[in-house]
Amino acid sequence: MQRGDSLNSPFVPFSPNPSIQQGTPTSTPPLKHTLSSSTSSNLRYSSSRKSIYDRHLNRSQRSELSKASFAFLFGEMVQYAQKRVNGIADLEKKLNLHGYSIGQRLLELLLWREGRSAKRETRILGILQFITTTVYRSIFNKPADGLEKSRDNEDEYMLIDNDPMVNSYISVPKEMSQLNCAAFVAGIIEAVLDGCLFPGRVTAHSVPTEQLPAKTVFLIKFDDSVIERESVLVVTRAL
Amino acid sequence: MVILSLLILNKAGGLIFQRDFNEGLKKLSSNDYLVLAGTFHGVHAITSRISPLRDLGGGGGGGLEVLESDKFRMQCFQTLTGTKFLIFAEPNQPNVDVVVRRVYELYADYVMKNPFYQIEMPIRCEAFERNLVAYIKPKQ
Repeated sequence: MQRGDSLNSPFVPFSPNPSIQQGTPTSTPPLKHTLSSSTSSNLRYSSSRKSIYDRHLNRSQRSELSKASFAFLFGEMVQYAQKRVNGIADLEKKLNLHGYSIGQRLLELLLWREGRSAKRETRILGILQFITTTVYRSIFNKPADGLEKSRDNEDEYMLIDNDPMVNSYISVPKEMSQLNCAAFVAGIIEAVLDGCLFPGRVTAHSVPTEQLPAKTVFLIKFDDSVIERESVLVVTRAL
Repeated sequence: MVILSLLILNKAGGLIFQRDFNEGLKKLSSNDYLVLAGTFHGVHAITSRISPLRDLGGGGGGGLEVLESDKFRMQCFQTLTGTKFLIFAEPNQPNVDVVVRRVYELYADYVMKNPFYQIEMPIRCEAFERNLVAYIKPKQ
């Protein structure tokens, strides 16, 4: 032990803080060095030299994460975003963007995991089914609670979640009552739709009821091009 | 089993939460609740110092835990961070400590994990109140 020797050496005056001890600088190894050598195995650099990138993509398919640690992380994300925006719409947009970048990657992974059974969805109903079952199950371990078509608008669909997991510990203050932090999930959905060439806007809206105080509706508004293509597909199918 | 009301004090002795769980309880004015909280905080600090025994609870521990009268029983639970939970219950109420633990758990979940809650400030978390009532009401 080099460091122990230097401490016992009669030529080094005693100081409670080893970093300000006199003597040759090389005699005391920096603290950082000893720390990094003792914790050599972590998620990125494991002791077996197999990093997280070397693992098989299916390995974590069924594994679960701690809800509490997610709640703290998501809470910090909301606080971080809140410091950098003015207005609720801006905050929702920021959360939506966070979700969007996750959704892009998630879609790729899910399609890869489906393997040969994966197919390219061309119809609106097909892609929405994919989201309510496959996507939702892979993130939240449950399918979505409902899927409805808007009666008023041709291009609007509603995906219903009775108790969004991301909102389970969040109480939005009264002065921000329009805010719904599930905008994050809306971003994920939007990215999946975009990735499958169904561009549109997805927004999250709170629709509290007596039994379901956290009920959230994701309003999906498709671009005109999607509706146009859908009508063409309907016609060709009928012929 | 009857739980009458719950008070939560922050580490400076300020009242951050107050709620009654029974109809027809005598109400104090909001200022009186603050005074009550501050006074209790002081009394608690004194009681944790006057013990003639040494090494009580490793220095920071000890202090008033139960206050009993013929009409009510008050249980105080202090967390390691100094937050105090005061539960007022009927005098013959068993297992109040279990209730306090559960309330602490709800606090840790629905208050501390809420990104809109500012630490040490009054609690205005709708999910916390909802779950608190859902836990205590069926027991009444």
